[in-house]
Amino acid sequence: MNNVILVAVISLSAIGATAAVILYFVAQKFKVIEDPRIDEVEELLPKANCGGCGYAGCRAFAEGIVKSGNLENFFCPVGGNAIMSQVAQIMGLVAEEKEPMIAVLRCNGSRANAPAKIEYDGPATCAFTHNLYSGESGCPYGCLGLGDCVVSCTFGALYIDKATGLPVVIGDKCTACGACVKACPRKIFELRNKGKKDRRIFVCCVNEEKGAPAKKNCEVACIGCGKCVKACAYDAITLKNNLAYIDFEKCKLCRKCVEECPTKSILELNFPPRKVKPAIVEETSNQSSPAEVTQ
Amino acid sequence: MLKTFKLGGVHPPENKISAEAAIETLPIPKRVYVMVTQHLGAPSVALVKKGDDVKTGQLIAKSSGFISANVHSPVTGKVFKVDDVMDQSGYRKPAIIIDAEEDSWVDGVDNSGDIIHAITLSRDQIIQRINEMGVVGLGGATFPTHVKMMIPDGKKAEYLIINGVECEPYLTSDHRLMIEKGEEILVGTSILMKALGVSKAMVGIENNKPDAIEKLTGLARNFKGISVHALKVKYPQGGEKQLIKALTGREVPSGKLPIETGCVVDNVGTAYAVYEAVQKNKPLIERVVTVTGKAAFKPSNFMVRIGTPINELVEMAGGLPENLGKVVGGGPMMGKALMSVEAPIVKGSSGILLMPVEESKRVDNKPCIRCARCVSVCPMGLEPYLLAQLSKNEIWERTETERVMDCIECGSCHYTCPAGKPLLDYIRLGKNKTGQIIRSRGKK
Repeated sequence: MNNVILVAVISLSAIGATAAVILYFVAQKFKVIEDPRIDEVEELLPKANCGGCGYAGCRAFAEGIVKSGNLENFFCPVGGNAIMSQVAQIMGLVAEEKEPMIAVLRCNGSRANAPAKIEYDGPATCAFTHNLYSGESGCPYGCLGLGDCVVSCTFGALYIDKATGLPVVIGDKCTACGACVKACPRKIFELRNKGKKDRRIFVCCVNEEKGAPAKKNCEVACIGCGKCVKACAYDAITLKNNLAYIDFEKCKLCRKCVEECPTKSILELNFPPRKVKPAIVEETSNQSSPAEVTQ
Repeated sequence: MLKTFKLGGVHPPENKISAEAAIETLPIPKRVYVMVTQHLGAPSVALVKKGDDVKTGQLIAKSSGFISANVHSPVTGKVFKVDDVMDQSGYRKPAIIIDAEEDSWVDGVDNSGDIIHAITLSRDQIIQRINEMGVVGLGGATFPTHVKMMIPDGKKAEYLIINGVECEPYLTSDHRLMIEKGEEILVGTSILMKALGVSKAMVGIENNKPDAIEKLTGLARNFKGISVHALKVKYPQGGEKQLIKALTGREVPSGKLPIETGCVVDNVGTAYAVYEAVQKNKPLIERVVTVTGKAAFKPSNFMVRIGTPINELVEMAGGLPENLGKVVGGGPMMGKALMSVEAPIVKGSSGILLMPVEESKRVDNKPCIRCARCVSVCPMGLEPYLLAQLSKNEIWERTETERVMDCIECGSCHYTCPAGKPLLDYIRLGKNKTGQIIRSRGKK
């Protein structure tokens, strides 16, 4: 009886030892050398796997960085400059400071500005509706308000405002991953510079129609008159296909174009109220802010 | 036992309330809006500019490729503008706007009512004439007819099938045309037979149009090789593939064209347009449009010049009623609600349907109960519930393997769904996206 146990133990131990030796050599032979920095970089990333960097996920992004050995064309919009500088430390590089970006809705066709001409009761997805017809207001470029962007946002930074029927970007939550830019069938969202003190100026319209038909559907449509182009001292505004576009890298936030725009389609965000003209100052002087108005 | 197609199909209430109304010629409107592109394929190019004088039948937009079609002026007058005009979907597309003054035709057009039987042109001349005169499929898809006539190498046409099914409820434009222009249609059919080099043609008509069947059967005795077949009433029998199946028993393979089965299908309206083009030298500038619906005061059939604003037709049929819910371009099954009644008639407009409020609301969308009615009615043997779900969840690789591109968008699934799910809407989306993906793959 003892003999049987002894034989079993000895033979199993012998098999185990042989297998261990074979496995050792096989492991040496087929060893996959992975840069430990991939794991380190991945550990730092937000792991949202949103695809905002252009890679399939955070792991793919980390592999990409370590493989190429530089940080050109690599930027995690969710982690921002803080994370990228830490990544740069691991890689022994210096991260280029990028200005934070934010998604901006370039349509102001709210229920008041672009009243609905018809009633739509089909499936509530923009992708389908865009193929079907031009939209309740009749503007073939404007927001359909059915919220494909809201569904696409993994950070909960978008919601549809019930009063205006337009999506709203929650600045604190938006990571500028670009999911909404891709989801919108009408390409209304744009990633723009977050701007100094969150101040932004942009043409809030993407309508490329001529003035008359654009204005017919929406009070605040860009009619392509070109007044803003003349008003801009920094060559930041270009007019193409009856539509003005403000280059945020050249824009100095002087707000001249905002005053010029006859249809109020250029929006200024988070600016202090303007200095009011002297005639009215007496009534409203208490409210007017002493803060700088122009840069 | 009447012939029909086997797989699927539904039978919605026919409501052919305008069937007795003879075709009236609509007065020429003061201003017409002729869309530059009115066909499937490459867009046409406008040839006229602001201020040009045009005559009825003059070429004003030229085809720009193999699958493309000419457009002719429907009126005599001055070009007011060449500008973008809102079409039936609300999108603005290029159009030629003409102020009509009178109606004097270009030279060489035979405007008499005489029916010319003798076909003098050769096969190539016929195809060339059809091409010149801008004839496209008038059943609704507006595929250029001359392209259909050119059989690809290695294939052989055996039958010409003339589609007089008109399976869409309400619409009666083809029905009236068969009764009033039966002889012209049969001459047109003979011309198409000559162009295709076939000796047999079959006219398929659903059994709910006994007067048209009787009329054409009587006339067909004088035409060699043309037979008229009564078909059981079932939607969507007017679909090309369904009609081939019903008449010949042959099945068009998935993703292939009808010519694979040796058949070419043309609508009766197209046959009439071919007759006018070849025998009378008349370009396609007018067509029959049904104005109908439960909310229409006077359901009618009009012979209308292309480019006439839809509201002029509606006005002639008694105007817009107060309880109007929506105006649909086409029939109730496949038509699309119009964005505006100011949109013009195009070559593909077969009907204008005025629906009262109570009819136009969608049924509440409830959860799918897995009854599989959509599967049993699908004439293409697809699984609509699955395709709709896949499209909704954007799983494009599977929509392709589940044959979403085979969908003919007949709407039987949507019609029959007891839960009121907008199946076809999502399938259309899936078809659109999958088509884009397939095309982009072809480019690489």
